[in-house]
Amino acid sequence: MKGARILKRASRRLSSSLTVDKATRAVAPIGADGLAVLPHSLPVLNGAKLPAVREGAQMIEVTVDGHAIQIESGSSILQAIESVGINVPRFCFHERLSVAGNCRMCLVEIEKSPKPVASCAMPTMPGMKIFTNSPMVKKAREGVMEFLLANHPLDCPICDQGGECDLQDQAMLFGSDRSRYYEVKRAVEDKNLGPLVKTVMTRCIHCTRCVRFSQEVAGVNMLGTVGRGNAMEIGTYVGMALNSEMSGNVVDLCPVGALTSKPNAFTARAWEYRSTSSIDVLDGCCPSIKVDNRGGEVMRVQPRTNEDVNEEWISDKTRYAVDGLKRQRLDVPLLRGADGLLAPVDWKTALQILADKLRALRGDQIGAFAGPLVEVEALVALKDLFNSLGSTATFPPTALSADLRASYTLNSTIAGIELCDALLLVGTNPRTEAPLLNTRIRKMVRHYDLPVGLVGSAVDLTYEYSHLGTTAAALSSLLTPSSPFASVLSAAKNPAIVVGTAALLREDGGAIASLVRQVAKASGAKGFSVLHAAAAAVGALDVGFVPGPSAAAPSRLKLAYLLGHDDLPAASLPEDAFVVYQGHHGGAGAQMADLVLPGAAYTEKSATYVNTEGRVQRTAKAVDPPGAAREDWKIVVGLALLAGKPLPYESLGALRERMASLAPFLAAADGEAVAPSSAEIAAAALGAPSAGQPSDAPLGVALSNFYMSDPVSKASPTMAKCVQAFGTRA
Amino acid sequence: MLALNLKGGLRAVRMRAAAPLACMHRRTYTGGLTDKDRIFTNLYNDTSPYLTDARKRGDWYMTKEIVLLGPEVIISEIKASGLRGRGGAGFPSGLKWSFMPKNNKETPQYLVVNADESEPGTCKDREIMRHDPHKLVEGCLIAGVAMRASAAYIYIRGEFVYEAMIMERAIKEAYDAGLIGKNACGTGIDFDVALHRGGGAYICGEETGLIESLEGKPGKPRLKPPFPANAGLYGCPTTVANVETVSVAPTIMRRGGDWFAGFGRKNNSGTKLFCISGHVNNPITVEEEMSIPMKELLEKHCKGVIGGWDNLLAVIPGGSSVPVLTKDHCDEALMDFDDLKSRRSGLGTAAVTVFNKSTDIVAAIARLSKFYEHESCGQCTPCREGTGWMRKIMDRLVTGDAELKEIDMLEELSYQIEGHTICALGDAAAWPVQGLIRAFRPEIELRIMKKQQGKSYS
Repeated sequence: MKGARILKRASRRLSSSLTVDKATRAVAPIGADGLAVLPHSLPVLNGAKLPAVREGAQMIEVTVDGHAIQIESGSSILQAIESVGINVPRFCFHERLSVAGNCRMCLVEIEKSPKPVASCAMPTMPGMKIFTNSPMVKKAREGVMEFLLANHPLDCPICDQGGECDLQDQAMLFGSDRSRYYEVKRAVEDKNLGPLVKTVMTRCIHCTRCVRFSQEVAGVNMLGTVGRGNAMEIGTYVGMALNSEMSGNVVDLCPVGALTSKPNAFTARAWEYRSTSSIDVLDGCCPSIKVDNRGGEVMRVQPRTNEDVNEEWISDKTRYAVDGLKRQRLDVPLLRGADGLLAPVDWKTALQILADKLRALRGDQIGAFAGPLVEVEALVALKDLFNSLGSTATFPPTALSADLRASYTLNSTIAGIELCDALLLVGTNPRTEAPLLNTRIRKMVRHYDLPVGLVGSAVDLTYEYSHLGTTAAALSSLLTPSSPFASVLSAAKNPAIVVGTAALLREDGGAIASLVRQVAKASGAKGFSVLHAAAAAVGALDVGFVPGPSAAAPSRLKLAYLLGHDDLPAASLPEDAFVVYQGHHGGAGAQMADLVLPGAAYTEKSATYVNTEGRVQRTAKAVDPPGAAREDWKIVVGLALLAGKPLPYESLGALRERMASLAPFLAAADGEAVAPSSAEIAAAALGAPSAGQPSDAPLGVALSNFYMSDPVSKASPTMAKCVQAFGTRA
Repeated sequence: MLALNLKGGLRAVRMRAAAPLACMHRRTYTGGLTDKDRIFTNLYNDTSPYLTDARKRGDWYMTKEIVLLGPEVIISEIKASGLRGRGGAGFPSGLKWSFMPKNNKETPQYLVVNADESEPGTCKDREIMRHDPHKLVEGCLIAGVAMRASAAYIYIRGEFVYEAMIMERAIKEAYDAGLIGKNACGTGIDFDVALHRGGGAYICGEETGLIESLEGKPGKPRLKPPFPANAGLYGCPTTVANVETVSVAPTIMRRGGDWFAGFGRKNNSGTKLFCISGHVNNPITVEEEMSIPMKELLEKHCKGVIGGWDNLLAVIPGGSSVPVLTKDHCDEALMDFDDLKSRRSGLGTAAVTVFNKSTDIVAAIARLSKFYEHESCGQCTPCREGTGWMRKIMDRLVTGDAELKEIDMLEELSYQIEGHTICALGDAAAWPVQGLIRAFRPEIELRIMKKQQGKSYS
């Protein structure tokens, strides 16, 4: 392994301008510092973007269509052309994948070169004269386009890609208006890639984006090319499904209709969608998404580029769990009658019954439990209501100490993982808990040989790591200098430690946290990072939705208010307790409830979420909640009014002012800034006292089922098919 | 004893070499290479290919002294010899070898010998490996030292089973005799030679496709840059050279660059193996002087065209990928890079395929189109889609089942492929078709018109 690393480095150093990645023969330009300039986002830390041109980078002058421009040495010709705003047609080239140079669509003319060159793969040279509009270029593009269309079935009317197809668009711009191909067209058998990706392989133009994505980003060597020449096919070699939690991204990457979304097959045309820019809350990273709806129905979710969080990928859960938004929805208030069955009631009755109960009970008899998808607005309103009723029994989705923000957020930030030079994972499986963080780590391992250590169950993370042990004892051994990974950590300039909530929420979580703090101190890390799998977790801790010191235990409650909380064991409440469930899906929580209040899901409201790194973002309302369902904060405000404890806000704006008074950083929910945890505070958190000895039970992971981790994904038929096809990924 | 200084050493090597410098003046007439100037003296297996007999033929003679001359001297001698790559492209070898990094302490450097001889009509490397394998092994050492390589990989075509066996034995003999391996020839230099058998794909004979295949991946050519001399096999500096190029290096070093440069016209110097096949009375692989007139080559070594010179229809002078030449050109063509290039064809691998008038030339070129369709790696668009399309049209042109305008279209398609692909296979597929249309357009038109008039072509 070490030899291979040396080789990789050396080959980077030696080649004058481009480097070859050993794994996939990827070509990345080389920067002035001798390191490969990856086609990746600019590193971002705490929202501060690094300058587009790296310091010390050599600038060279090239001419594009007669315009002289300055460009960083080592850039490709395509980058140079794009920098002056000229569009270069391409199919195989993708900014975040290695350069294949096989579609030949991006050919441009270079002065003194007898042949046109592939602009995506050719580095710029000083004084180069590039022409993008010459007769040679025009002819080359037209020729390549004709070849691409020769064996393409041209079945656009029945193709799901129609309307958002690169081949269609570029054929319009660069192609000829009629075909000269009268021979028999190639036909290719379709492959079954599983429940998510539909294939029509006859449409494939062999750009190999999907192959490169699966190998480079998803880290599963499952897609590849079989055969050669015109008989070349994209496939999984042995007819397997594309088994990856990121597989849906190949649908976006495919420039034609060869890979389309199976759950969305033949449902809508691209121009029928109304798009809403929003964020996803089905995992703790809260990636940026685009919610496409038609006629008040969410049809699909696609990623939005956000360099700070998800680059331009999303996990399969984010993409495909949305059909759960149409199943098992609570659309009317329900009350359990004398017959033991839930029966519809109107809002006024429902809220009046609940208000009467709250009036009748003392503060120490009521408690609230928040689930994984609850937004900050509802949390603040419910907390305010319960506090005014004299109760501090407000239980967050992840019961960590809310005292110090640096002790419960992902301080390293998601993009900041790209700046660390050693990484220790404790009690987490980032592949299921934060697939987007995992792809970042994989990128760093792949390109920079980032050393990663894992304490916890030995899961397949798609990259090489040193497995240090399954129990907390492995953490203790990191404190001994003889441990090889301890020396890696202490040799690192900027080590990062990421702890999963599974490790911290155990009985001995305090002891494990203390051990991690000692490891962080010993290795010189500035604090440690907590990886939350639930989108509501950090928001709840930020607004202090945590039980107070005198809070009643759940077993003594007379009324339990489950705010989207489905995982509370019925046995933890007294049998005669009155259970209220407020949420959008009829799951376990609604089944044990005596009163059900239908709320809105994340696509149906403008709601604030704080992701695991502490980034404040808002969802946008794409469609209306179904039936009589209402936005959650409105339900709580209405209830407070009837319970005789009116809350001091009746509009969303006023509520958000109240949120800002609790935590000022919640005011700017533009998703740009992560309220920084200062190094001093993070370091201070390291000094917290130790709490006992950890047990020798093996460390687990936060999610027992990646595909079904929350009310929405549990209701999704597509996710059920995924579990069938791929298992739980636990 | 040899003089210690390098120049003196070189002179001494030459003084002791078997033959003195034959001719220093530039001749105007070429052809008629004599046995004393032949490099491949066992081309027809008159003696054994193995070490004892190879030594008698002069192989491994003073190899130690040559190696100790060092890379600069070897390369300057190769440059002086005017040797151009024998694999087809004809790039000056000395220059190519000098592209390898000179002060690279970090990574190994490799010489990769391209023995994936798959060009239809070409059978020169096969003869070398069959009958004169030690020329190649010794060449690996000398060329490898010249490019500061630590090892040579010989990538041999999968179908060459017999040749691979001989090569393996020759390599083993060389190891056992201490000629390669640790302290090769007693020079203190470690140099390994390994034979790798390919799977038998034409595209694996492409420089970077070969490297990919050698690494264990599908043989799909890489994008250049980076060139192999910067990042080749396993990301290390690599030079890929043809068997013949490497095999002639020891003799050039022994007899001197100017001896080699004394043959052939300017910029086309040396001797060359010509593989003549097709309609000749005596198909043969023969070593001749470069720039020999084609007619002389065929008459002297192949006992002429079947049916006489006037029965000649056409010649493909350099392997299947170069355009076909009509008889008018053949009358005057000289077998070298520049003359054939001026006739819009090429020397290629010097595999001369002769067609007499009994040939259906359209069908012959259509068969080549089928070959290129079958051998396209499928990586880049113009070649993947274009070779198949061209083959389909060519198939119809054979019977005349086409329209006249399709001839122009076919030619246009061939230009749409040429120069737009990652590797040269696209060009190689396009050139025979272009050559056919250039040289035999009336023939194609005749077939189409006959077909349109309801007469089948026979």
